[in-house]
Amino acid sequence: MQYIPNIIFIIALIAGIGYFTKNIRKVIRNIRLGKDVDRTDNKKERFNNMARIAFGQSKMVRRPISGILHVVVYLGFIIINIEVLEIIIDGILGTHRIFAFLGGFYDFLIGSFEILALLVLVSVFIFWIRRNVINIKRFKTLKGWPKNDGNIILYFEVVLMTLFLTMNGADFQLQSLGAEHYAKAGAYPVSQYIAPLFNGMSEASLILVERGAWWMHIIGILIFLNYLYFSKHLHILLAFPNTYFGDLKPKGQMDNLEAVTKEVMLMMDPNADPFAAPAEDEAEAEPEKFGASDVTDLNWVQLLNSYTCTECGRCTSECPANQTGKKLSPRKIMMDTRDRLQEVGDNIDKNGSFVDDGKQLLNDYITPEELWACTSCNACVEACPVSISPLSIILDMRRYLVMEQSAAPTDLNNMMSNIENNGAPWPFNQMDRLNWSQE
Amino acid sequence: MSETVKVPTMAEYMAEGKKPEVLFWVGCAGSFDDRAKKITKAFVKLLHSANVDFAVLGTEESCTGDPAKRSGNEFLFQMQAVTNIEVMNAYEIKKVVTACPHCFNTLKNEYPVLGGDYEVMHHTQFLKSLLDEGRLTVQGGKFKGKRITFHDPCYLGRANDVYEAPRDLLRKLEVELIEMKRCKRNGLCCGAGGAQMFKEPEPGNKDVNIERTEDALETKPDIIAAGCPFCNTMMTDGVKSKEKEDSIDVMDVAELIANAQDL
Repeated sequence: MQYIPNIIFIIALIAGIGYFTKNIRKVIRNIRLGKDVDRTDNKKERFNNMARIAFGQSKMVRRPISGILHVVVYLGFIIINIEVLEIIIDGILGTHRIFAFLGGFYDFLIGSFEILALLVLVSVFIFWIRRNVINIKRFKTLKGWPKNDGNIILYFEVVLMTLFLTMNGADFQLQSLGAEHYAKAGAYPVSQYIAPLFNGMSEASLILVERGAWWMHIIGILIFLNYLYFSKHLHILLAFPNTYFGDLKPKGQMDNLEAVTKEVMLMMDPNADPFAAPAEDEAEAEPEKFGASDVTDLNWVQLLNSYTCTECGRCTSECPANQTGKKLSPRKIMMDTRDRLQEVGDNIDKNGSFVDDGKQLLNDYITPEELWACTSCNACVEACPVSISPLSIILDMRRYLVMEQSAAPTDLNNMMSNIENNGAPWPFNQMDRLNWSQE
Repeated sequence: MSETVKVPTMAEYMAEGKKPEVLFWVGCAGSFDDRAKKITKAFVKLLHSANVDFAVLGTEESCTGDPAKRSGNEFLFQMQAVTNIEVMNAYEIKKVVTACPHCFNTLKNEYPVLGGDYEVMHHTQFLKSLLDEGRLTVQGGKFKGKRITFHDPCYLGRANDVYEAPRDLLRKLEVELIEMKRCKRNGLCCGAGGAQMFKEPEPGNKDVNIERTEDALETKPDIIAAGCPFCNTMMTDGVKSKEKEDSIDVMDVAELIANAQDL
């Protein structure tokens, strides 16, 4: 009978991690629906980017208030997870505070966790105010699920930190009472102020509080872990691969479309035989689609970008089109991409393979009006704290509109036919190109 | 501006069996836009005064394809690129300088994969290098002490991380360089990039160039300095719509240097 808590704990742990793993595999499967792009080069630079941008939060602190608060919550999250390790070992073995043998260092650890937990609570409180009370446009413009999602995560943090401190406070009280199993261990700079709440409680009820908080805390963590998949919050994991696989080229450089190069080289080659029959394997192959009208036309890094986006809205707040009232919002581009990818993934789960649902990313999620409002200025790319590029998706979708549908705005069609006919975006003769020197 | 400037072409150099130090890529705006032509001429004067051995492609130059690529027309872009590369490679071009950040970005970043590998410099970088080599002198002259704010072109700044070359040149003019609240990597676009120059903006509540001009006006400048012919147009229009064209000039960095010396 005495092993029942251990067994329940192990079952909860396996169930929690198992369900999470199942969903993460779906995320990976969905990301792999994207086209191939090689990001295996420059491993050292990539690793440095990940260390600096994701681990070091270098781009977060460019906005000092939200940046520093985020660093606190991030450090709290990472460091308090050492405590979770102890909780897991205790849970499996039925021990209590197994790391207590570390002595003074253990006191230091527990003390730091408590201070961090308090700082996290304070930061989360300010975050909540920023999201719900202060008039910050990038949060105010979120409606419905994305808004609730942001708040739910904050509530999670509050509950987890409160349970953590309650558990420690009850433990501290039990230690002072000299209760069996509760040997003196740890320092409680924060929860010692909670302990007086428990004055006058019997040892049995204190143990109930301590155990109750302990169990709810670890189960809360498992629930939070599984909530990630259903929320915008996957960035706590995906920020690392996303910054690693980010684009290393100068921001101004748009990728080259190989399929087009082949055609262009053929057109420019004076020796090419225009009547040549295509090679056998080529004749069978479907011609490559230019640009993107759906998520499967994007590359896997763009899809990883969409799962990494935590909808902070820094991109949209820097976007010149958005600031001047146009429909374009780079954040919405990322959210739409993710929503559509999730829809395609669910479709595959339901039907075994993708069955046409009569929808696509273009028009059903992202309209041409949004795409044509972009100035390609890279402000969104610069603003993103985790190396996401909404711009690359916008440009790939423009490619589809122009090369597959000839659906550019009239002005741009005029510009393009000028380039085609006289080598300049305006209707001037190429032979007049040097006239300026004589004027 | 009816003054003829001496501009050698690559064809002339070829005929004489010579190769210039650098190709000056004029660009479509620099060739055809009345405002941008003045920038082209100012830059040519500076090249002459620094005794730079340069040439242009003249009628053999064609659009780099940048607006086509940003519009999504990769076919047209690559046709333009491959044609231009063929011309430049035939002249064995090694080094290119241009006064247009869009040409600069495209030539520097998007031509190599199609076979056009050149050392490409923006004119502010090139002028800075001439200054460092002691070939060009930049002095305060008539702009000394003037309040000047520099608008970062997206395709020079964020796109290619060039922020200091134009500012170093302006500082040499002994002007009072004042930064806008959004500058360098946080600089706001003028509204012309991504082929927006050639179309009407989507419906909104403001034009981007007005928003940016307001940033510039906040610094109470005598002159708004630019490093891109399109930014120049957009900022000039912005200043006009604020009815400030009598008190505030919009000038390219090259024009400022050339005018300071009364070239």
